[in-house]
Amino acid sequence: MPNGTLIALIPLLPLAGFILLGLFGRKYLKNSSGIIGTVLLLASTILAIYTAYEYFFVYGKVAGVYEKKFPLNYTWLEFLPAGQAGSKGVSIDMGILLDPISVMMLVVVTFVSLMVHIYSLGYMKGEERFSTYYSFLSLFTFSMLGLVVSRNLFQIYIFWELVGVSSFLLIGYYYNKPSAVAACKKAFIVTRFADLGFLIGILILSFSSGTLDFNTLISTLTTPGSGQAKAVASTFLGASAITWGAALVFIGGAGKSAMFPLHIWLPDAMEGPTPVSALIHAATMVVAGVFLVARLFPVFSITTPGVLEIVGWVGAVSAIIAAIIACTQTDIKRVLAYSTISQIGFMMFALGVSGYGGEAGLGYTASMFHLFTHAMFKALLFLGAGAVIHYIHSNEMKDMGGLRKFMPITHITFLIACLAIAGVPPFAGFFSKEEILLSAYHNNTIIYYIALFTSGLTSFYMFRLYFSIFWNKPHEVERKKHGKGGFSMMMPLILLAIGSAAAGFIPFGKYVSSDGTFLESHFHLQFSILPVLLGLAGILIAWWLYHKQSDRADRLAASLQGFYRTAYNKFYIDEIYMFITKKVLFNLIGRPAAWFDKNIVDGMINLTGNTTAAISESIKKLQSGKVQQYAIYFLVSVIGLALLFIYVWK
Amino acid sequence: MNLEPGLYHLLFISAALLFIGVYGFFTRRNLITMLMSIELILNSVNLNFIAFNKYLWPHKMDGLFFTVFIIAIAAAEAAVAIAIIINLYRSHNSIDVENAEELKY
Amino acid sequence: MNGSDIIFYLLAALTLVCGVLSVSTRHIFRAAIYLLFTLIGIAGIYFWLDYQFIAAVQIVVYVGGIVVLIIFSIFLTQQAGEKLPKQKIGRKIFSALAVFCGFALTMLQLSQNIFFLPEKEAIPVNVAEIGKKMLSTNAEGYALPFEVVSMLLLAAMIGCIVIALRSKPETK
Repeated sequence: MPNGTLIALIPLLPLAGFILLGLFGRKYLKNSSGIIGTVLLLASTILAIYTAYEYFFVYGKVAGVYEKKFPLNYTWLEFLPAGQAGSKGVSIDMGILLDPISVMMLVVVTFVSLMVHIYSLGYMKGEERFSTYYSFLSLFTFSMLGLVVSRNLFQIYIFWELVGVSSFLLIGYYYNKPSAVAACKKAFIVTRFADLGFLIGILILSFSSGTLDFNTLISTLTTPGSGQAKAVASTFLGASAITWGAALVFIGGAGKSAMFPLHIWLPDAMEGPTPVSALIHAATMVVAGVFLVARLFPVFSITTPGVLEIVGWVGAVSAIIAAIIACTQTDIKRVLAYSTISQIGFMMFALGVSGYGGEAGLGYTASMFHLFTHAMFKALLFLGAGAVIHYIHSNEMKDMGGLRKFMPITHITFLIACLAIAGVPPFAGFFSKEEILLSAYHNNTIIYYIALFTSGLTSFYMFRLYFSIFWNKPHEVERKKHGKGGFSMMMPLILLAIGSAAAGFIPFGKYVSSDGTFLESHFHLQFSILPVLLGLAGILIAWWLYHKQSDRADRLAASLQGFYRTAYNKFYIDEIYMFITKKVLFNLIGRPAAWFDKNIVDGMINLTGNTTAAISESIKKLQSGKVQQYAIYFLVSVIGLALLFIYVWK
Repeated sequence: MNLEPGLYHLLFISAALLFIGVYGFFTRRNLITMLMSIELILNSVNLNFIAFNKYLWPHKMDGLFFTVFIIAIAAAEAAVAIAIIINLYRSHNSIDVENAEELKY
Repeated sequence: MNGSDIIFYLLAALTLVCGVLSVSTRHIFRAAIYLLFTLIGIAGIYFWLDYQFIAAVQIVVYVGGIVVLIIFSIFLTQQAGEKLPKQKIGRKIFSALAVFCGFALTMLQLSQNIFFLPEKEAIPVNVAEIGKKMLSTNAEGYALPFEVVSMLLLAAMIGCIVIALRSKPETK
C-alpha cells in the first residue's frame, strides 16, 4: 500500500501555502510569497511524480489490472452504521483513492500548476496584491488535487465547490473592473446552478446503491443484483431512477466543463489574469467534468448507456459550435477560450462513444490521453498569449502583428502548440486526436464526421490566431524592452513545449484504460491521412487569408454575412439567457416572492409589534397619576377578590 | 333584629363609618379633606376593636391597647401628612389633588 | 327601650350624620367642624361602653390635637374662604356605587356570621389596670410597644420639622 501520509501531503502542501500566504502574506511575506508558493508546489510535484512512478512501476499490475488503492481513509460523518441495510453503511469519508486516472491527474495538475506559479513570478511582478494571488493559486491547487483523489462522492462534491470558489476568487482578482466582477459572478452562478443537478444526482445514486463510496457504488450499480434492480425498477417520467441520477451528475459535470448550453461563463472568465486562465480554464478545472464522467464511467457505460449517448452528443455539439464561434472572435483570449470548449467537447464525446472493457474502451483511453496532452499545449498557448499581452498591453488581434522577430521564444513555442492542437504529427495532439477519431469512427459515424469537420476548423482558427499575432503586419518598431518577460516567463513555455512535443509518444493505453487492462494502441496509417490532410488544409487557408495584411478575410466574412454575424455574436446564447433571467425569472418569480416577503412575512412581524404597542398605549392610561383613582381600583379589586373567595372558591 | 344595642349595632356603625370615610377619600379634591376622611377610617377601626374587646373578650384588654396605639400613631401620621401638604402647597401653590399628577405615564 | 338604648342611638345618629356631612360639604371649615362632632360622637360611644379612659384619650388626642392641627393647616394654606371645587359627577356615582357594594358585602357577611359570646368573667377596665398592663414587662405586658410608639412619635416629630422646613435662601 503506498504511503498514505506522503500522498496526503500532495494536496496539503498547497493548503499550507494558502493559509500561510493568506494570513501573513500581505504584511510580512510580500516579496517572498511567490517563491514560497512555488517551492511548496515544487515539493508537491515531486511527490506526485514519485507517486505515479510508484503506482505504475513499483506496484504495477496485479493480475493484468492496475488496482485501485486506498492509502488513506477517515470516516467523518456516519449516517447509517455498517451492518444496517446489509451494506457497508452510508457515511461521508475523507480518503484517498489511487487509480490510473487519479494518478495521471495528480501529475498533470501539479505540473501545470508549477509552470503557472513560475510564470506568474514574472507576469504578476509588481502587482499590489501579489501574495493574495499566490494564496488563491495555492487554494485552487489544493482543491483540484483533493478533487482528483477523492474516494467518496460527497468528498468530490466538497472539493468541486472549493474549486468553484477558487475560480471565483481568481477570475475576480481585478475586482476594480466591473467586467471582472460580472464575470466571476457569472461563472460561479452558472456552475452553482449545474451543481444543483450534481447534488440531486449524488443523492439519487447514493440512495440507489446504499453507499457514497465510489468503489462500492460502482460495483453495486454495475453488477446485476439487488442494488441495480432496485435502482432500475423505480421510474420517473419514463426513465429509471438511476438514469436520472447519472444524467443529473452529468449536468453537474457539463456545467463545470463548460459544455453547451452551460458554456457561457468560460469566455467571460478570461477577465482574470492570463496565468489563471492557463491553469484553471484550460488545463485543470474545466476538465473536472470529464474526470467525473470518467470516474463514474462503469456506471455510465454499463448501467445507463442512454446517458452515455447524451454525453456524446453534448460533447459533439459543444465542439462544433465553439469551433465555429472561435473562427470569428478577435480577442485572443476569447479565441483560446472557445478552443478550450471545443477540445473538452472532444474529450466528452470520446467518453460518450466509448464502450467498457478491452478494445471497446478505446474512447476512454483516448479521452484521458487527450486530457493529458491538451493540458500541455493549451497551457502553453495561454502562457504564450500572456507573454504577448504583457508585451503589447492589449488583447485584441488588430493591435498585434509581426511579432516573430521580437519574441522568438514565444513564437517558436506558440507555433509548436498550434501544430499540436491542429493534429500535425509528430506532436502530441496528433496521437490523442487520432485515437479519439478512431473510436468515434467505430461507434457513431455521425459524430465521427462532426469531429472531423471540427478538427479542420480547429486547425483553421488556431493558425488564424498564429498568423495574426506573429505575421500579418510588417515588422513593428521595437517597443520597450520590459514587456518581453524574463527567464521566469520563458522557462515554463519551453518546458511545456517539450511536453507538447514529446507527450504523444507515451503508450497511454498501457497505463490508463477503462477497466485497467492493457490497451494496445495501433497506428493506422490510412485512417490518419484524412485528419492530417484536413489539418494541413486548415493551415493553408489561414496562411492565405492572414499571413499578409489584406482584405481577403473581410471579403470572405462579408460574403457569409448573416451566418458570420450570428457566429460573431456567439449565436446569441447570452442574450437568450439574459432574456430568460430578466423576463421570466425576475418578473414572474422574483418580484412576487419579494412582494410576499416584504408585505406578508415582514408584515406579520410588524403586526405583532404594532399590536403590542397599541395594546400598551391603551393600557397606559391606567397610570394616570391620580391617587384617588388608584384607591378606587384598589377597593374594587378587593371587593372582587372577596366575592371570588367567598362565593366561588370556597 | 333586636332593638337592644349589641355587638352587631356597633359593627354596623363601624362599617358605615369606614365606607363613609372611603367615599370621602375617593371623592374629595382637597388634600386636607382627604386627610379628614382617613381619620374617619381610622376611627371606625378603633370602634371595631373596642366593640370586639367589650363583647367577645371581656377578660382581656388587647383590643383596648390596640386602640390606644392606633390613636397615637394616627396622631403622628396626621402631623406628618400636614407637613407634606404644606410642602406640596409651597411647590404647587394649590392643594388640589388633581394637580399633583407628576407620576403620570 | 330604656334610656341607655336611646342614648346609644342618638350618639350613633350623631356620628353617622356628621360623618356624611363631613365628606360631602363644600366648605372646608365646616367639614373640619363636622369631623370634630363625629369624633365627639365616637367618644360618646366609648363612654357608653364604659371605656372612659379611651374616650378621654380620644377627646384629648383626636379632638383637641388632630382637629386643631387640621384647622391650623387650613389656615396655613389659605383655604378657609372659598368653596371647594365640585367633583365630577361620574366619579361621585362610581365611588358611591363601589362603596355601597362594599358595605352591602360586609353587612351580608356579618349577618350570616354567628359570634360566640364567651362566659368568661369581665375584668374591670379602669386607669389603674390599664396602667399596670401598659408598663408591665411580662408576657401580657405592653411595655415594648409603648417604647416603640414613643420612638415613632419622636421620629414623626423630627420628620415633620424636616419636611416642612423652608429651605434657606441662597447667600450671595
